[in-house]
Amino acid sequence: MSLSQTVEEISTRVTAICDDLAGLEGPLLPILHEVQETWGFIPEGALQTIAKKLNLSRAEVHGVASFYHDFRHNAPGRHVIKICRAEACQAMGGDAIANQAQRKLGIGWSETTPDQSVTLEPVYCLGLCACAPAAMVDGKLVARLDNDRLDRMIKEVRS
Amino acid sequence: MSLKIFIPLDSASVALGADDVATAIAKAADMRGIDITLIRTGSRGLYWLEPMVEIATDNGRIAYGPVTPDDVDALFDAGFITGGEHPLSLGKTEEIPFLKKQTRLTFARCGIIDPLSPEDYRAHDGWAGLEKALKLDPADIVQQVTDSGLRGRGGAGFPTGIKWKTVADAPADQKYIVCNADEGDSGTFADRMIMEGEPFVLIEGMIIAGIATGATKGYVYTRSEYPDAIRIMTEAIDIARAHKVLGPDVLGSGKAFDIEVRMGAGAYVCGEETSLLNSLEGKRGVVRAKPPLPAHEGFLGKPTVVNNVISLCSVPVILDKGADFYRDFGMGRSRGTIPIQIAGNVKYGGLFETAFGLTLGEIVDDIAGGTATGKPVRAVQVGGPLGAYFPRDLFDTPFDYEAFAKRDGLIGHAGIVVFDDSVDMMKQARFAMEFCAIESCGKCTPCRIGSVRGTEVVDKIARGEDPERQIALLTDLCQTMKFGSLCALGGFTPYPVMSALTHFPNDFKPHALDIAAE
Repeated sequence: MSLSQTVEEISTRVTAICDDLAGLEGPLLPILHEVQETWGFIPEGALQTIAKKLNLSRAEVHGVASFYHDFRHNAPGRHVIKICRAEACQAMGGDAIANQAQRKLGIGWSETTPDQSVTLEPVYCLGLCACAPAAMVDGKLVARLDNDRLDRMIKEVRS
Repeated sequence: MSLKIFIPLDSASVALGADDVATAIAKAADMRGIDITLIRTGSRGLYWLEPMVEIATDNGRIAYGPVTPDDVDALFDAGFITGGEHPLSLGKTEEIPFLKKQTRLTFARCGIIDPLSPEDYRAHDGWAGLEKALKLDPADIVQQVTDSGLRGRGGAGFPTGIKWKTVADAPADQKYIVCNADEGDSGTFADRMIMEGEPFVLIEGMIIAGIATGATKGYVYTRSEYPDAIRIMTEAIDIARAHKVLGPDVLGSGKAFDIEVRMGAGAYVCGEETSLLNSLEGKRGVVRAKPPLPAHEGFLGKPTVVNNVISLCSVPVILDKGADFYRDFGMGRSRGTIPIQIAGNVKYGGLFETAFGLTLGEIVDDIAGGTATGKPVRAVQVGGPLGAYFPRDLFDTPFDYEAFAKRDGLIGHAGIVVFDDSVDMMKQARFAMEFCAIESCGKCTPCRIGSVRGTEVVDKIARGEDPERQIALLTDLCQTMKFGSLCALGGFTPYPVMSALTHFPNDFKPHALDIAAE
């Protein structure tokens, strides 16, 4: 778990990731993805190491990491539910689904339940627009979402 | 002989339960001692019928759908493996009207072949365009693409051949082909479908682009929201490399070309080509001012072709069948076919590839069959979140770049999202501004500040604070954003806003907006 990681451990692992990927043309996004894959978010301590390895300033790396919606700066819950909020899903009652998810979980967008079980994130289009509304649970796609399905989904991840 | 059963691996089909159906069929066949070969294909794009199962018979493929795991035993009992009748029978796949009415040039093999079988791809005329291209002078390849009339399918509609010529003519030690697979528009899924269902055609199109322009390296920049497409594209590239289609000696021609897949990180604006290039370079995805054009100074400052997935996937058939063949489809200056993605509140949602020229009404009423909810269609957003909302009065607009532009709209990446009469158009206008505010890269003021102000102005109209003045202000703000923004995000956000205001003025009377909590 991230909290038990020491600064040295983060630095060692991030250095290995950078060594692996620094040869790519434009390596920063692949590196940040790999770091997030490792910890579930971008630990503060990773930025300095990446900056040093890529010969960038820490501010530049921070600028990139903070620009993209995908990169988290805090550990997410054990499960991540993403609900599509874009037009095709709106046309099929996506807003009501989004409201119900917030109500059931008692949290807003990009927040995590106090028991650390679920993080709720908005997403703008999963490409399932012909079978809306859509969501993604821990990387798994769900289409034609309705209230019952959402309730079951939330129950499953919280059990 | 083992019986062939086809089930899609397309992510939308899987989201509707295709994997569970595949497991149930394999198990049932095993229990009954029937020898079957399960082949996972892309989707045919008939999403209201997914998961759709197809059986190979002597008379062609027979389809059943939408199938759930609970239906599987009954299907076996009904003898579906020999095309037996069952309530889920759809008859011959090719005869399903939604499919039969299409002209599938770009998506010719999608849903038919195993996406990761190069043999299957070759057996269905795969690599034929590339083989012809390798015998041509690069300038002749560019000429073919120019003569075909192919225009950028990402939305801008810029002639692909002219872009290629600019890169071909630019002297440089290194050039790039960048495939824009950052399909962020709501209502669109053509790129995802073809990358999952027919990845080799994109590889083939990119190699042809490389040979035509002198580029030896290609990147597919796609979205993190498309994990299955990323996995399948990556595997397909490895397979193509193993078969020496990619690498230092493309099909023994002595020409080099290789491809890498890169994943974005949830920024809509990275679908804009210069922002995409910055992101690919590992920078913030902010828009670059043009000039210089990417064709002169693109990825890492080198001449770069940035083409949409569908543009590149249309190239192999043009080279294989000839520029004239492709150009003979379509209308006006919109030549060839366009994969229309029918989405939102529709009875028959999916991908419909056809020559340009169908009217919006034909698409919505005849092909999509109206709404899924059974209520009247009230508005159709064409071209993604930056596209205009069309009322029924404009349903005679033909699907053509210029015809839509003439009516203050755009066809964009050809997604259409249908809404029934419960839609609140002021809410949709507010969402357009809100989305622009969330996704703005921040580089130019009209987009960064204008979108936030736009949301506030709509809220004031809703609350009844001097609404007439606010509507004038909103109109003025849209003018500023349209003409003052650096890219299409800020520049086109006025399309949905102004079309909502112009065509549905009664929705802009003060009333409470049912907005999901932030």
